[in-house]
Amino acid sequence: MGARFALTGGREGWVRMTLTAVGVGLGVALLLLCTALPNVFAARGKVEDARFDNTFTYSQKAPPKADNTFLIVDTDTTWHDDDVRGRLLEPEGKRAPLPPGVDSFPGEGEMVVSPALKDLLASDDAKLLRERLPYKITGTIGESGLIGSHELAYYAGASGLKLTEFSPVHRLTEYGKPDAKAEKTDPVLLLMILVVFLVLLTPVAVFIAAAVRFGGERRDRRLAALRLVGADRHMTRRIAAGEALAGALLGLVVGTGFFLLGRRTLGSTEVLGVSVWPSYLDPSPLLAALVAVAVPVAAVLVTLLAMRGVVVEPLGVVRAATQHRRRLWWRLLLPLAGLAMLYPMIGKGHRNGEFNQYLVIGGVLLLLIGVTALLPWAVEAVVVRLGKGALSWQLAVRRLQLSSGTAARMVNGIAVAVAGAIALQMLFAGTQSQYVKATGQDPGRVQMQVEFSDRKPLSGVEREFTGTKGVRTAVALAISQYGDTRRDPENSNGLTVGTCTALRELAALPSCKDGDVFVTRTRSGYEDPSNAAEIAVVKPGRQLYIDPSYGDAGERGIEAPWTVPANTRVVDARKDALVESNSVLVTPAALPAEAAPALASDGVYLRIDPSVPEAREYARNVAARIDPLAHTYSWSATQEDEKYASIRTGLFVGSAFVLALIGASLLVSQLEQLRERRKLLSVLIAFGTRRRTLSLSVLWQTALPVGLGLVLATTVGVTLGSVLLKMTRTPVAMDWASVLTMTGVGAAVVGVVTLLSLPPLLRMMRPEGLRTE
Amino acid sequence: MSIGHTLLGLLESGPRHGYDLKRAFDEKFGHDRPLHYGQVYSTMSRLLKNGLVEVGGVEAGGGPERKRYAITDAGITDVQRWLETPQKPGEYLQSPLYTKVVLALLTRRDAAKILDVQRSEQLRGMRTLTDRKSKGDWADQLICDHALSHLAADLRWLEPTAARLDKLRKAVTR
Amino acid sequence: MTTSPTGSLLAAHDLRKAYGPTRALDGAEFSVHPGEVVAIMGPSGSGKSTLLHCLAGIVPPDSGSITYNGRELTAMSDAQRSALRRSEFGFVFQFGQLVPELTCVENVALPLRLNGSSRKDAERTARGWMARLEVDDLTAKRPGEVSGGQGQRVAVARALVTGPRLLFADEPTGALDSSNGERVMELLTEAARSTNAAVVLVTHETRVAAYSDREVVVRDGRSRDMERAV
Repeated sequence: MGARFALTGGREGWVRMTLTAVGVGLGVALLLLCTALPNVFAARGKVEDARFDNTFTYSQKAPPKADNTFLIVDTDTTWHDDDVRGRLLEPEGKRAPLPPGVDSFPGEGEMVVSPALKDLLASDDAKLLRERLPYKITGTIGESGLIGSHELAYYAGASGLKLTEFSPVHRLTEYGKPDAKAEKTDPVLLLMILVVFLVLLTPVAVFIAAAVRFGGERRDRRLAALRLVGADRHMTRRIAAGEALAGALLGLVVGTGFFLLGRRTLGSTEVLGVSVWPSYLDPSPLLAALVAVAVPVAAVLVTLLAMRGVVVEPLGVVRAATQHRRRLWWRLLLPLAGLAMLYPMIGKGHRNGEFNQYLVIGGVLLLLIGVTALLPWAVEAVVVRLGKGALSWQLAVRRLQLSSGTAARMVNGIAVAVAGAIALQMLFAGTQSQYVKATGQDPGRVQMQVEFSDRKPLSGVEREFTGTKGVRTAVALAISQYGDTRRDPENSNGLTVGTCTALRELAALPSCKDGDVFVTRTRSGYEDPSNAAEIAVVKPGRQLYIDPSYGDAGERGIEAPWTVPANTRVVDARKDALVESNSVLVTPAALPAEAAPALASDGVYLRIDPSVPEAREYARNVAARIDPLAHTYSWSATQEDEKYASIRTGLFVGSAFVLALIGASLLVSQLEQLRERRKLLSVLIAFGTRRRTLSLSVLWQTALPVGLGLVLATTVGVTLGSVLLKMTRTPVAMDWASVLTMTGVGAAVVGVVTLLSLPPLLRMMRPEGLRTE
Repeated sequence: MSIGHTLLGLLESGPRHGYDLKRAFDEKFGHDRPLHYGQVYSTMSRLLKNGLVEVGGVEAGGGPERKRYAITDAGITDVQRWLETPQKPGEYLQSPLYTKVVLALLTRRDAAKILDVQRSEQLRGMRTLTDRKSKGDWADQLICDHALSHLAADLRWLEPTAARLDKLRKAVTR
Repeated sequence: MTTSPTGSLLAAHDLRKAYGPTRALDGAEFSVHPGEVVAIMGPSGSGKSTLLHCLAGIVPPDSGSITYNGRELTAMSDAQRSALRRSEFGFVFQFGQLVPELTCVENVALPLRLNGSSRKDAERTARGWMARLEVDDLTAKRPGEVSGGQGQRVAVARALVTGPRLLFADEPTGALDSSNGERVMELLTEAARSTNAAVVLVTHETRVAAYSDREVVVRDGRSRDMERAV
């Protein structure tokens, strides 16, 4: 019956219905998206496993050349900030398997590419990348071989790949991890994933609850009219529930539509460097079914709960809720119970085993829901004590006093989202050191490093770079080992070989000519900063051996005898040395000829001119020209654990969605409230009330509960964050920057909403609203 | 208004002589027109003759001798009957205003003007009554309300008539 | 009638106003003298309220002139007209005019506060006016808690609290029964007369119009001043 009323309730009924359906729909779409997320991770992981070709971590021995083997080499590169997955392929027999998603082997000089790379190469500004990948495109890689629609990848055909001891070329018989077993998830990471989901979903739930109540006051008035013609209280309740149910069901349909749309859109876009295929976004059936049942049930429950405080009489609506003050005790109980559930898990962390997932979910949920329970009380308690001030302030405060519940409901979602986000930010900031590894690279010293596939030092290779656009300095270095005996030396260490020009980039040399040897006094980061022990070993005239041998059965080294030259000097390492892994710096002529095979290329280090925009791309192209298998690295100070980074990314993406959603609902209810007061606004304008006064009062009316909400959110967020950090045995540290950022973002959403509601407000304040006839 | 019944009714609360009866009548019902002494005595002698009142005694006061009148049982019954008989509602079928409007329409004069002037006149009367009502006592309020209602009723006829004068003109002159 | 009558407080000449295709006003004339109570009468839809809105400077007419105290209203900016309404005019409407979240005394004090009075002073004056309108026992009540008649009296107190020279009342008794309505009209006219405020009263009820000194009838957007029409 209620459903019929909702559908046949005239224009107003339709507007209300549409609002609810769109609101619930947005929430449902987001829920469905979340239920699909596990699938996304799984699907991406599956593809990654299926095309896995990096077998050297698994088996030391390559299979012998056969009918079904192929050679493959990793030629990954970087284009601006995007990674390009590259492979050179050479089938060795007719039965060699094709990589996933590829129909036929590309011939020499040909390649198959991902659709995204094809588009990129076809664009005008990818000229440098076309030079680096001078292959003819003969096909595209299918969905089964790519982890996302925007992945850049190619397989190029090659011939004459050599499988030498140190070459990056592998011989394989198949793709895929031989024993693809689920990695055991780090309990702290699991905790984070759980909390991220809860933090994102709780505001969505709050939002849905709010959406179901869109236009509730009008509905109550309509129900009063029904009471007049004879409906009893149970019937009004049934009708209201029916309306909510109809709205929720329509919302499910709309939500599914939104989801399908969003799925297509997400499949063709890239969010923060992550792209997926639409098929990855298939919600898991069980979770989807749960959504389909939970949303309508929740809608009906929320409606019935809301109607408990309202008595619909035939001649009007009496709000019973305004009669008695809100009580604190049961509201406090929620967050306290949450804390109690989390408490037993304090200190479990990495070492002491797993967290109880149910307790974590329950605890976090109770704490966050606690915000929504405490907020109405807090708004009421504060607002009752306010009153003095300008007229706009008085109007706002009085309005809030009369309907603090509505105001609190409006900001509940924001408060929950901000509280959760603050807690997570604290967790992330606190555990960051565990997951972000310092790379030891200092981008101040060097901006790029090129590593060649051949270990043999290529003499003069740096000259190829020095003429390159945007390269300031290029230094080629070789490295080797020395020891004080032929076999199993007691003292042994690395040495770096380079020309005087190159060595000057590493240490302050008073003078240098070919044949000189230097030992640096400082080795930052090592236990012996004065380096006295090594200086004592590398004494002029002492007999040392280059490339000594270790162990009994191990392969023999070169064992070239080397007398430390007389002019060996102790020098200071440059603070901005390009590389400082070795303290012994040797010019080429200082080593005996038989030591030459023992030298391994350390590649080329480049200083880049940051003012040249494409400098890095030019350098990469030179490296690719010299050696197609060369790898170039752009140096950065830190490197995040990949999984950690993706959780963090997920949080940011999700928070953005959720806050936008809540902002939308805020706007809707704001406009609804304004529409209800249209007549009153016109009267006030007739009185000569300044528009500024009314606008300010609307601003106060939102700013006050939002301010309180944010204070409460910060408190709960910091508490939750501290508990989570304690659970992971991480020292609790306040990350004020992120607290400020999150509250700032919450406040900004409200600011934007107020700004957006101003034009309709100004329109409503026109005197035409007085016309009632 | 029946003066006889009114005077009878006044006697029900107790015997009075003629002068007191006139004073009481003037105070409560006289409004604009005080009752003539002669009218009191002629009415009372008619009532005496019909047995509705009797002379309850003669007062020897300072002046001429005064009769005290008292109501008889028949008188009480008569008052009762009079109060219970409804007033015949006024018949307005022969209203002069109606006649004027129809005549104006027939002779193609400005009927709207007649109505406007009438409205103005009615309102002027209503203003006087309203003013008197707000300054007067309960009796004034009651009687003014009564009069105001009648005037307002005329206006309630006047307004829709004014609104459809054009249609009426067509119908009347056909 | 081409010039405004001398000595008038507010005079309007040849007002025209259309809402879309509807001509609400089509050459209306009006004038009111200081201390005078003028009723605007006419059938519903005749343009009574539009005339009042134009006269009060709430809605600008499409053409025509409105002179208040020697100043041309149609030449004023929106801010100037607002200031005029705040300081010189008072308003009573049919219903829905009290701010529901403010108490009655705060509602009455509202226009004073709009003019910049302190809260204390404003509410003291407001209490005085509420006493004159016999609703001083309602000061702490919210509009939702008082009867319709009481609410209208509060509204009248609010309209008079600034001591306006001109009071606009649009069907002030429209939502009341006749005895309550007449009491409100009595109190309104009494209070207006005592402060020598002129009243422009829109009503379709003759009993209410009888509280006026003079009536102006609006029909099809044209007004007819009965005093001079006779």
